[in-house]
Amino acid sequence: MINSLDPRIAREKINEDNTIAPLTEMDNWETYEVFHQKKRGDQHEHVGIVHAPNNEMALLFAKEQYGRRGISVNIWVVKTSNVFVSDYDDADIFETVPEKQYREAGGYKVMEMINKYKKENKKTI
Amino acid sequence: MNVTAIKELLYKMADDLLIIGHRNSEWTGLGPILEEDIAFSSMAQDKIGQAGALFEILHELGEDEADKVAFMRDANKMHCSQFVELPNGEYDFSIMRHFLYDHADQLRFEMLANSSFEPLAKVAKKIKGELKYHVFHANTWVVKLGNGTEESKARMQTALNESWNYALGMFEAGDFEKELQSENIFDGEEALKTRWMANITPFIEKANLKIPDVKTWEPILGGRKGYHTDYLQQLVEEMGEVFRVEPDAQW
Repeated sequence: MINSLDPRIAREKINEDNTIAPLTEMDNWETYEVFHQKKRGDQHEHVGIVHAPNNEMALLFAKEQYGRRGISVNIWVVKTSNVFVSDYDDADIFETVPEKQYREAGGYKVMEMINKYKKENKKTI
Repeated sequence: MNVTAIKELLYKMADDLLIIGHRNSEWTGLGPILEEDIAFSSMAQDKIGQAGALFEILHELGEDEADKVAFMRDANKMHCSQFVELPNGEYDFSIMRHFLYDHADQLRFEMLANSSFEPLAKVAKKIKGELKYHVFHANTWVVKLGNGTEESKARMQTALNESWNYALGMFEAGDFEKELQSENIFDGEEALKTRWMANITPFIEKANLKIPDVKTWEPILGGRKGYHTDYLQQLVEEMGEVFRVEPDAQW
């Protein structure tokens, strides 16, 4: 029986080897992460995934999934299996970072210093 | 400038695009894979948009409004090739038709990018990118399926065999071939067909398929002159159904 978390499917008590929509090993292709670039020079942004059997088709699909609305000039596709990920169990490595505001550039108030300099040197400029 | 010649050219191009766009849109929701369904539907939209651009030029040349021209004519007034009006069959036929038609279309517009008839040259340059993707899509699928399983290879070869004479009908000579050439508007169907053969052959070979033997070639003509299969009347009635209820409605 197909044991789905979705109760609408679970209550139908469908056999896994039914003839209408049998589940097979290779039913879903590998996923690829898709990144798209709006303007030459911008950073590529992650926009989602496509399922595809190889790189060429991943690019083919990604163009239409993520490039059919709005502006794009370029697309990257990367196999999800090639993305090396950190563990959520290790999220504690980020825990104390918000306290370390000395690391943020917000503390360096550039415009204030520029305006102060201009004011002081107004007489000589 | 021979306006009658230009109108004939525009009508056949626009009708081809409108009808194949409509046929391809019939796959929406029924495609073999989600991503492919979206891609194929999106390309169908592109084709209908391209038809629209050509109907706009026709309107500027004195024909009726684009919507009326697109949705009110009956089959015997349409100038599409019979190839594009055939029902979709299964995905093998639709992909093969997509491959054969889109290569011809891409080349036709390439030839028109240098046309002395400005409005058409402008459209040709504008849609170049769309056609690049359409052809890339078709090439990718035909080559993959031709090199796939025994079933996919057999189906692609059958689709090619069944499509071939219809595809040759795309190049049915118009009444104004000489005029269009002498005025540098369009180099003609023969020239287009030659380029088309040169472009599709490498991909057919990469797909391990064979073009039918030249002795069996018999272009299926008549579409350009308004002679169609029964499928077209059914199609135009369904395609125009909503519009025909109230042709003057404001959308």
